[in-house]
Amino acid sequence: MSLPVIMFFVFAAIAVAGAILLIAAREPIHSALALILVMVALAALYLLLGAEFIAAVQIIVYAGAVMVLFVFVIMLLNAGVEERTNWSKIAPWVGYPLGAFLLLELAHVGLRAGVGRTIANGAGASGTAASTVELSKSLFTTYLFPFEATSILILIAILGAMILAKKE
Amino acid sequence: MLNAVPISYYLVLSAILFGLGVIAFVFKRNIITIFMAIELMLNAVNLAFVAFARAWNALDGLVFVFFVIVVAAAEAAVGLAIVITIVHNRQTLNVERVNVLKF
Repeated sequence: MSLPVIMFFVFAAIAVAGAILLIAAREPIHSALALILVMVALAALYLLLGAEFIAAVQIIVYAGAVMVLFVFVIMLLNAGVEERTNWSKIAPWVGYPLGAFLLLELAHVGLRAGVGRTIANGAGASGTAASTVELSKSLFTTYLFPFEATSILILIAILGAMILAKKE
Repeated sequence: MLNAVPISYYLVLSAILFGLGVIAFVFKRNIITIFMAIELMLNAVNLAFVAFARAWNALDGLVFVFFVIVVAAAEAAVGLAIVITIVHNRQTLNVERVNVLKF
């Protein structure tokens, strides 16, 4: 049980605990905090995989901007406790096992796809492929068109959000 | 550095997180919680991308993760603006109450 494997299990347990908290929480604000916990655990896993730039982008953009937006909207709309539904009573008893079965099936596929491959942990491995310089070179030469297209997409999103949320 | 983490561990974790996101998406009734389940699914897929990018020493996975994060941020902004409009019109956050287009 080397240190990278132990670190992986620690952060994986934190991520799964956050996801279960998101399902089990009764107030949306608790779900938002659980999702922030999941994102921070995933950023640590990205660091373990050697993708430092992606870990930084995850913390800054995802956990630092998107989740803050979620928390602001939850507080703006004063989202309270979720109401009880008056639909079928046995639906959870069928639904949750089916959901767990989907989860296990995907996990089984993932297990079979990765059999026989090992990857080095992030810090000491040959960081040439995943270094930020190489990533930015690839982003600005091969993937220049999607890069510019996403900047236009962000502009459209800003305009749309401003128009939709405007008070009349 | 001698004992590496197998890639299948990351894929299993990604599958578990994706499955939990699907469960939350199907079972929750608050619109904002459903949105957060979508973000959880996107994060699970990002983890699979980064794991494969590491396993095959390819940068394309990381570039795709970058674009997924950017597009998810734009989608969250516009989606939450739509949620605000729905609350302004229907005064509820329960998806079962937003049923005007239902047959």
